[in-house]
Amino acid sequence: MTLPLFLLVVVGGGLGAGVRFVLDGLIRSRVRTAFPWATTVINVSGSFALGLIIGATLTNLLSPELALVLGTGFLGGYTTFSTASYETVQLVRQRRFAASFVSGVLMLVLSLAAAGLGLWLGSAF
Amino acid sequence: MTDALPPHLRWTAIALVVTGGMAGSAARAGLALAIPTVAEVPIAIALVNIVGAFLLGCLSSMLERRGPADASAAQLRLLLGTGFCGGFTTYSALANDTVVLAVNGGVGAAMLYALGTLLVGGLATWAGIVVGIGLGGSRRPGRGGEPA
Repeated sequence: MTLPLFLLVVVGGGLGAGVRFVLDGLIRSRVRTAFPWATTVINVSGSFALGLIIGATLTNLLSPELALVLGTGFLGGYTTFSTASYETVQLVRQRRFAASFVSGVLMLVLSLAAAGLGLWLGSAF
Repeated sequence: MTDALPPHLRWTAIALVVTGGMAGSAARAGLALAIPTVAEVPIAIALVNIVGAFLLGCLSSMLERRGPADASAAQLRLLLGTGFCGGFTTYSALANDTVVLAVNGGVGAAMLYALGTLLVGGLATWAGIVVGIGLGGSRRPGRGGEPA
């Protein structure tokens, strides 16, 4: 990877993190539950978008460089594993075992389905 | 007037998250370049997610005790937690790598990768929280509120 491309990936990651922060706050201010809906929406939508990008790169619709900036950069910064894991563990610490299990498994299943759908749609053109 | 805005609509708070997110993304992209994929399994992303989960657990329990009124704790949470750890770790790569691994390496390997990351990541978060408490953090679990 060239230095300018690496720097664009880094800027994309920062912007993705910023969008996640704003969207997370907007969802939290509307949906006030202990269940991590905001992180679920962010990670599922980001997994879908990355699937689209990878799919479109496979069919040469998107250049590998742009895929790096949008995928590794923006969507890597937008989605987060650490917050998802932290929220699931907090539910365990509060002894809400069912909610914890559902949040962990539901996010994974929905994200996998979204990624698969995105990959399929992205490579369909 | 701007003091009345919630953090996610304040430019200074967003700037902290973007700055931390850039550093986290740089570290993730750098590690992904340095650590090769082994037998179709993205070792670098698994490592990044597990280490990032530990760091966020540690940071969160260290900052939790200082309470929501502590301005510098809130800024550290945005810069290092939401920004760095959030930008360092990734869920979109985990999900897409799992699907690609299922196609190329088999469903068993894919499930092992995804569930392994989830489980080890959860244990790393827990270990981080315990270490954070040992370093002077709060013993009380947060009430579904703001994660770092």
